[in-house]
Amino acid sequence: MRFGLTEDQKLFDHSLRGFLSARLPLDVLRRLAEPGNGFDAELWKGLGELGLQAMLVPEEYGGAGLGLLDAALVAEALGFHAAPTPFAASQVMAVRALQAAADDVQRRIWIPRIAAGEIRIGVGLGGMSGQTGRTALRLQGGRLSGAVDGLLDGGAATHFLVYLADGRAALLDADATGITATLRRSVDRTRPLVDLDLAETPAVEVLEASNAPLQVAARVRHAGRVMLAADMLGAAQAMLDRAVAYAKERVQFGRVIGSFQGVKYMCADMATMLEPCRAMVWYAAYAQDAIPEEAAIAANHAKAHLAEVTREVARLATEVHGGMGFTDLLGLHFQFKRITFDRQVLGTPERCRHDAAMAQGWIGA
Amino acid sequence: MDLTLTEKHRALRDEVNAFIARHRDRAPRLGGGRKRPDRKVLEWQALLLECGYFARNIPREYGGFGAPHDVTEMAIIADAFSRSGVSPGIHNQGISMLVPTLLEVGTEEQKRCWIGPTIRGEVIWCQGYSEPGSGSDLAAAHTRAAVEDGFFVINGQKIWTSSAHYADMMFLLCRTEPDKPKHAGLSYLLVPMNTPGIEVRPLRTMTGRAEFNETFFTDVRVPVDQIVMGRGDGWQVANITLKYERLLLGDANKLQHRLEAIRRMMQEPRPDGSRLLDCAEWRDRLLRLQGEVMAARYHNLRLLTDQAEGVDSSLARLIVKYHGTMLAHRLTSLAVDVLGSAGLAYEPQGEAAEDDPATTWHIDYMYDIGLIIGGGSSNIQKNIIGERGLGLPREPKAGGA
Repeated sequence: MRFGLTEDQKLFDHSLRGFLSARLPLDVLRRLAEPGNGFDAELWKGLGELGLQAMLVPEEYGGAGLGLLDAALVAEALGFHAAPTPFAASQVMAVRALQAAADDVQRRIWIPRIAAGEIRIGVGLGGMSGQTGRTALRLQGGRLSGAVDGLLDGGAATHFLVYLADGRAALLDADATGITATLRRSVDRTRPLVDLDLAETPAVEVLEASNAPLQVAARVRHAGRVMLAADMLGAAQAMLDRAVAYAKERVQFGRVIGSFQGVKYMCADMATMLEPCRAMVWYAAYAQDAIPEEAAIAANHAKAHLAEVTREVARLATEVHGGMGFTDLLGLHFQFKRITFDRQVLGTPERCRHDAAMAQGWIGA
Repeated sequence: MDLTLTEKHRALRDEVNAFIARHRDRAPRLGGGRKRPDRKVLEWQALLLECGYFARNIPREYGGFGAPHDVTEMAIIADAFSRSGVSPGIHNQGISMLVPTLLEVGTEEQKRCWIGPTIRGEVIWCQGYSEPGSGSDLAAAHTRAAVEDGFFVINGQKIWTSSAHYADMMFLLCRTEPDKPKHAGLSYLLVPMNTPGIEVRPLRTMTGRAEFNETFFTDVRVPVDQIVMGRGDGWQVANITLKYERLLLGDANKLQHRLEAIRRMMQEPRPDGSRLLDCAEWRDRLLRLQGEVMAARYHNLRLLTDQAEGVDSSLARLIVKYHGTMLAHRLTSLAVDVLGSAGLAYEPQGEAAEDDPATTWHIDYMYDIGLIIGGGSSNIQKNIIGERGLGLPREPKAGGA
């Protein structure tokens, strides 16, 4: 047994972070974030060349066949750099959903297209994940009507995957008749929210090959929660690193402020809270693939715990920067808002803990 | 990341679970550790050692089980004991702090002499570190040991010496080289507590019990070979011990034990038949702590892997004491809240106290604050985390000294 990353994972992480760091200096990030649709074609292409779009896709469908831990490292790096790009829903949840609930033909058609970066799928679990907002869908004769709010990765999606209350999912073409997709810029300009209004929209596919659709939907939700936990970890780590760097250079009263215990202790507190989160995210991601009996509890607790810790880190790191932290100038707020966004989507900490209690039989369904 | 259980590991898990099911009636109750191990504790310890559920990686020639280092095995054993709420064996300062220190820097003779009896619970150690004038500033220790005729002659005073009133031995940090700079003038001695000239005076704490002592040394003579490493190396040895002390104080398995105990309490029906676990507010408090304990446990597995691979965990290790002791206190805080007003009856003296859950939870609730302070207080930990872990500059010394 080894509790840690492999050399391959470390190398991949290193090259991905190098790429993001070169591609997303603050001025570029500002520009890409402004439209608020969470997408940039060039960035998307570059990430595709690094293998992000195909990473979870099994080798038989042209992918790399990697696991959720690899994906969590990506999510962490994307969070660190506040990268405006689809990932958690489009490259992870959608792939997992298709693998688990699509029939053979559906899988052959759709999964290779994801791997090739041809399509991007916004995912809507609606009330099933505890999201606030509208969620009422009817499927009749292969046509979908109703509304679902707050789709993830929906900003530049070519397709939408929306869940019905019974756990089945419908894949829709973003240009299909009867679809009104309203893009709302969110507080986090690097990721939008998309609300769907559907009027007799033809489903491209209905995923109903699973005989336990609610369980499959839950696994998709867990994968998404782990990705958001990893995203929060990355964003908070970036904020902590910057706070420490700032505390080492900012001089007041003739000393760098990091030599004052008041500031030093804020940094120490952040590190103490955040460092154990790393192992928790690794474990939660790994458990999705390797420890099925722990998958639900680990994913729910990781999402909830990271949300609680990173809210504190986001505040403290901003505070360490003093007035500058509050300005737009430093761009620290990109990560702050990333953390703000991740907390609310796919279930608040309260909801995730409730799900963790259910997963261990503390309360009935 | 590879946490898959091999055939061998599954067999071990089954074996440990079967052992616990078969022998759990022989186990002493959890907790304790505040008095000398009684016969039941010693017999349980002997059984655990024999089966390799304790001191598993310590070489056989020193009294351990001699299994090669295996993180999974350690995790399986710890997990089985914490899930079942059965005592995983003795954890005291000798076992958790002195033994790994000797394994790291002790002589062959010291290892052969002390490790076996210590892990069996036969030899109890106390720690002679803090003094009235040097607490957080540990390296300022004044207790002196002069060399005369092949003996160290020790004079001075130590404080906060927990278990000194029943300990057999002390590992003592004292000044042997008064002419050298502060940190270079210390040595680490092994002192039998029955040596003439040692006086132990109990120090009653806020719990109402005397867990601590003051220890006075008047011309206490110890042979010069009772030293770990050399003269002037005491600060280095003391820091090795502190490293293990801090890991012990932040022990994630202890946190898991506590969490499970609280969960069991919350699942017990109360006089009106209801269960606290069914109440959303109470359940959420437990769940929040469960998430935190999980993070601590996985963090611990990461550290064990680093250790097995010879990687210096640095920051990841430095946070353990501060993180673990604060979390421990939050767990006991929930426990005393769960007990509520009915749990306020408090008689901490005597044998009966150890068997009264309400009293022991309240003792822990207070004692945990002692652990937040001891072993380098939280503020000292934050200095260490900030300076050694994050590379922040030290506070300038007052008066430019």
